[in-house]
Amino acid sequence: MTAPARSYVRKVPSGRDGLWASAGPALARLDIELTERCNNDCLHCSINLPVGDAAARAREWTTASWKALLEDAAGLGCLVVRITGGEPLVRGDLEAIYLHARRLGLRVMLFTNATLITPRLARLLRDVPPLEAVEVSVYGMTPETYETVTRTPGSFAAFRRGLELLREHGVPFVVKGAYLPATRREMDEFEVWAAGITGSPDPPSSALLFDLRSRRDGAKNALIAGLRIGGDEFVRIARRHGEAAVDEWRGFCARSGGAGGDRLFACLGAGGSAAVDAYGRLQYCLGLRHPDTVYDLAAGSLREAVTEFLPRVRAMRSTNPAYLERCGRCFLKGLCEQCPAKSWAEYGTLDTPVEYFCGVAHAQAVAAGLLEPGEKAWAVVDGDERVERRRGS
Amino acid sequence: MTDKIDLGKVYRPSEDVVVREIEGEIVIVPLTSGIGDLEDELFTLNETGRAIWARIDGRRTLAAVVEELGAEYEAPEGLIREDVVGLLQELLDRRMIVERG
Repeated sequence: MTAPARSYVRKVPSGRDGLWASAGPALARLDIELTERCNNDCLHCSINLPVGDAAARAREWTTASWKALLEDAAGLGCLVVRITGGEPLVRGDLEAIYLHARRLGLRVMLFTNATLITPRLARLLRDVPPLEAVEVSVYGMTPETYETVTRTPGSFAAFRRGLELLREHGVPFVVKGAYLPATRREMDEFEVWAAGITGSPDPPSSALLFDLRSRRDGAKNALIAGLRIGGDEFVRIARRHGEAAVDEWRGFCARSGGAGGDRLFACLGAGGSAAVDAYGRLQYCLGLRHPDTVYDLAAGSLREAVTEFLPRVRAMRSTNPAYLERCGRCFLKGLCEQCPAKSWAEYGTLDTPVEYFCGVAHAQAVAAGLLEPGEKAWAVVDGDERVERRRGS
Repeated sequence: MTDKIDLGKVYRPSEDVVVREIEGEIVIVPLTSGIGDLEDELFTLNETGRAIWARIDGRRTLAAVVEELGAEYEAPEGLIREDVVGLLQELLDRRMIVERG
């Protein structure tokens, strides 16, 4: 035995490093998309199918399948499961799946629009806490604004009722906004309101750059593309609270370690996360549905997917000349949202440079003093030196 | 909050927590509310704690735990007893163990 210690039990706050003395488990986090259906019909959403879509519902994985998956995930050392959708609460078995996850010793991140929260669910979240704040998406501060976005009458009142239930039961939650034509004029009001919610970051996070649908729905994607803001407006919004965001962009560039060459996957390391769609197919992340990167769990196992399939995906390299010429040589890699998932949603490939995100990253780099207006980042030979100089300035 | 630890008693993990062994670490995950000071905390044990925890199984008395550890580790019995009582008190205060009914 060792000498007496004052405390034998060490607290490890959620989301902090330092839990593992050695390498972490094979799977640290699992994202599960319980359904693609949603009771809202948001203009900008990259995932929602109608709540009454019987074909989608019939294809969804059963409660038993989700429970078995969670058991396998816990067996691989997973500590966190993110439950998302669509709107996960449209499934009648959300409580059963949630409780199963918690009884396996998993922390649960629940993403919801809060409109379907019931007193019973709020009590459950109070008595068996998720150990992560519930994340609630907010689409406006008034019924008119909110329902312009959700296109669902009565949704604002339902959302406020859901939040009130969480608050009454002392369930920690955070709110996330969306910067859309209908909500832009309410941004200040949203931020002041969100600042009053215990535990919410100040300012709260808001979605500014919308992803296209990973199911590659052409008509909906055209609608989403029409809602997007340009790089200059993105920079203007990011600077509303000072230059901290711009400093952070320089930091992203510094930490990314420069251009990535032909490497496609830089965002998640080994032992990172994995995602499973509503129909039991494992993906590298929720947005990446390219058939070469999807694993059918019905024909294999989570262990094989995590230990054999995902490493093969991570090792994929680009052979697209446009990607190699531009993204492969770009020192803004840490700033740009370019990734295989975005390329898939936009173009149906893994490695086509996404013009929209490229334009936003260039606007950010100009604002951060890393590029002159009109310069192309991939043509810059002293990018890393520029980052270092600007960080020190 | 503190109860006196009786070496003649038998304790087991509480149903208010889920105890997992991951990558050689004992990870104690609160299941019900009020286990941690914050609602997002997990807990691990130090090396001494892990050695003792492995024997808190609802079958052994704490005296038997002390005896077993004494046979396995080269440490004075008084020191081992101090560790066992210290850990058990901490776990009991945190509702992570209960006395066997």
